[in-house]
Amino acid sequence: MSTTPVTPRPKTNRIGLQVLDYRGGKTTLCAGCGHNVISERITEAFFEMGIQPERVMKMSGIGCSSKSPAYFMSRSFSFNSVHGRMPSVATGALLANKTMKSIGISGDGDTASIGMGQFVHLLRRNVPMIYIIEDNGVYGLTKGQFSATADIGSKLKTGVVNDLPAIDTCALAIQMGATFVGRSFSGDKKQLSAILKAAIAHQGTVMLDVISPCVTFNDHEGSTKSYKYMQEHEESVGEIGFVPHFEEIEVEYDPNTTVNVQLHDGSSLRLRKLHEDYDPTDKIHATKMLMETHAKGEVLTGVFYIDTQKPDFTSLLNMVDEPLATLPQERTRPSREVLAEIMEAHS
Amino acid sequence: MTSSGLVVQGQPISDPDGGVKQIVNDFSIQIATVNGSGSQSANNVLLRSIFRMGVPVSSKNLFPSNIAGLPTWYTIRVSRYGWVARKADIDVLIAMNPETAREDVLSLAPGAAVIYDEPFKLNEIRSDLTYYPVPFDRLAAATGADAKVRKLVKNMVYVGVAAHLLSIDMEWVEKTVRKQFAKKVKAAELNLNAVHAGFDYAVSTLTKQDPYVIEHMNATDGKVIIDGNAAAAMGAMFAGVTVVTWYPITPSSSVVEQLIDFMKKYRIEQDGKSNFAIVQAEDELAAIGMVLGAGWAGARSMTATSGPGISLMAEFAGYGYYAEIPGVIFDIQRTGPSTGLPTRTSQADLTFIAGLSHGDTKHVMLIPGTVKECFEFGIEAFDLAEQLQTPIFVLSDLDLGMNSWMSEPFDYPEKPITRGKVLSAQQLEEVGGFARYKDVDGDAIPYRTLPGTDHPAASYFTRGSGHNEKALYTERPDDYENNMLRLARKFETARTLVPKPILEGTGRQRVGIIAFGTSHWAVLESRDQLERESQLPTDYLRIRAYPFTSEIHDFVATHERVYVVEQNRDSQMFNLLKIDLDPTQVTKLHSVRHFNGLPIDARTVTDAIAAQEGAE
Repeated sequence: MSTTPVTPRPKTNRIGLQVLDYRGGKTTLCAGCGHNVISERITEAFFEMGIQPERVMKMSGIGCSSKSPAYFMSRSFSFNSVHGRMPSVATGALLANKTMKSIGISGDGDTASIGMGQFVHLLRRNVPMIYIIEDNGVYGLTKGQFSATADIGSKLKTGVVNDLPAIDTCALAIQMGATFVGRSFSGDKKQLSAILKAAIAHQGTVMLDVISPCVTFNDHEGSTKSYKYMQEHEESVGEIGFVPHFEEIEVEYDPNTTVNVQLHDGSSLRLRKLHEDYDPTDKIHATKMLMETHAKGEVLTGVFYIDTQKPDFTSLLNMVDEPLATLPQERTRPSREVLAEIMEAHS
Repeated sequence: MTSSGLVVQGQPISDPDGGVKQIVNDFSIQIATVNGSGSQSANNVLLRSIFRMGVPVSSKNLFPSNIAGLPTWYTIRVSRYGWVARKADIDVLIAMNPETAREDVLSLAPGAAVIYDEPFKLNEIRSDLTYYPVPFDRLAAATGADAKVRKLVKNMVYVGVAAHLLSIDMEWVEKTVRKQFAKKVKAAELNLNAVHAGFDYAVSTLTKQDPYVIEHMNATDGKVIIDGNAAAAMGAMFAGVTVVTWYPITPSSSVVEQLIDFMKKYRIEQDGKSNFAIVQAEDELAAIGMVLGAGWAGARSMTATSGPGISLMAEFAGYGYYAEIPGVIFDIQRTGPSTGLPTRTSQADLTFIAGLSHGDTKHVMLIPGTVKECFEFGIEAFDLAEQLQTPIFVLSDLDLGMNSWMSEPFDYPEKPITRGKVLSAQQLEEVGGFARYKDVDGDAIPYRTLPGTDHPAASYFTRGSGHNEKALYTERPDDYENNMLRLARKFETARTLVPKPILEGTGRQRVGIIAFGTSHWAVLESRDQLERESQLPTDYLRIRAYPFTSEIHDFVATHERVYVVEQNRDSQMFNLLKIDLDPTQVTKLHSVRHFNGLPIDARTVTDAIAAQEGAE
């Protein structure tokens, strides 16, 4: 009896693609940079959700974080824009083609300082995209200055102490109108993966702040964005599970300990409560919780707020179903009669 | 004061047999009011009534950067010869603003007529004018209008007075009022009552003493009256624009405001959905960011702004040039620097836009000089943006954009929409992929794909940093140099695609004039003045785009002296020409500038050229 060696078939997703089809270019970020781990999680999430890479627009601003889109999903379309102004570019791109999935990668400098104006308006409009802040509290590309998310009292490598309070991008996002707001840690694989997959299923602005330690400029004693600090001070608002719409949903037996949130594509985001009275649909409570944990020196992670009912920006504009980008002339150039009518009105 | 209430202190202009010599269809009317008093409707009725009598007209609205309470002047030029540039002299004044009435009267041409609000008592200021006092408040009150609308109705009273004194046909006035208030029957009746109150008062009380009259002509048959911003908005709509972003700024706001009206009326599909998106952005940086994002993703996208907005857009403009993304930016120029005179006109954004952003950047500009060109270039800009894959700037100005101009009706665009070099999935399959920034056809214009193109080879990485032909990041000196040289060659391709200049004259005169945009109208009239007054025939070339086409080089080469007429201090077009021309031709250029915020007038051009030519 002869045996034929069996080559294991590479794992494919529901649209028949392999994880290799979601790979990006070789990273040029520092070894150990949290951003690279986030890129891996994004790659996995899009693979596991079975999203066609060509249907994805990767948007970014300027900075180490904004280089990230080069390191995942090379078959997707990428726009590395100008410092802090990625939200407007992403908005325009989605207006042109609302059938695309959009993921924006920004940094704490890119978002919370130069980009603050556009950031809040993106949230306010509920532009349907995933907006990730790879948050390390410093400007990496200009070699280590404080960003506006650096905590008061935290120290630079050079010993300089930050004397200004941090902007909490999550609290801001909840207040400004984002419909899916969370924070995670690049080192928390399970949580980040679940949140990313849920983010892909959500229709509206997903604002996700991911603490991503800068190994070169902000991973020392006195930093509040270091691996060590995060390991010691991270507290999760809940355990997160994600059930894609194409998988069978199991019944959760104990209704007192979980919250199931039905997402736009039929998927479920399952939040297991650690805090007894946590309600992820309550803006005020979510904001209060963020402030309280911050005051205690803890970094709260998890999905803080979710609203699946608020219409996203493209729905609000009542646009036709097809992409505006490819509408034929017959639909976009009015007739001779229209020109004659306008001319008559001005005669 | 006579029993009729008519005050005549000046000497009427008389003809040899003692009667008042009439000046027919060749004078200017100025209405001096207060910003926010609602005079626009009345002024529009006056303008259009004269227009509908077949008489060429033009108007200039001089308004302050203010909501209400400051002086505003609306000037109508009536010209049997068809001259439509601003005329500096005012012949008929309707003085409705007590704050400026005295100064307004002092500024009039000798022999002018003054229709004024009786309580102002202007009749003693000068003795060389004709005065017509009118009790506007009393007449407005008699219309039965309540106190709230009486202020507005008062304006229509002066329309009636002017109609009688200037012989404007009341039939046309009535038709114009009814058309203007088409959907508001009550308002139409009220306004008509006011017009008649003024007219009847003038008939019964005022005796015509000045020479200015309107007579029927047939010089406006088939023509339309429209402002440049509405025309630009129409152009954008017929260009098939799908994404419009903006941030309000005078004098560009009405481009998008009128576009919104047009699109809501003509671009909603049968199911009630919009085949467009219009977004009021948070600022100009976001407005152009959205334009580039949309242009990159394949939409025909645009924004409209003015100088301060252009300043804010500089970084993204450079990005659009370097990453090669289509988009259209209408710049309705106003004066600068900084906030400048926000509601005054100029042509002073030229050199700034030509190289907008840091590094070696070159932009294509279309420069309409007529409302019809606002429409045509409004369409052409989108085709060029996609053909050249670059931002296209359309430089109008406040005078063209916000004032009403006579025009031939616009022609329906016969040329199909041009989407440029966009590769489909099928084409990618056939050619086996592409390099985003490769010059395949020798015209320096590369091919692109749109996000969502369903082919594994379709994607590319768009960035504002160094990139090679395959859109990969590079800092290699040869890659950078090759890319920049290709972009320069692409600008040379643009030179062959932009609208050509228009030559007027025989082409064989010694003296040439170059102008662009709204300076055109003053130059037309000035050429007539130069020939009549100084026996100086000229040729004239009107530039309509940048980069300059070969005809412009030829024009300078074939003339001894060339005057470049423009509305800015620093001779910006003159300087752009100097950079572009053969150095041996540069000394032929001479500058004629006008930059006080008012639209340029023919006399300014004529006097400047005559003086430099040593003509009498």
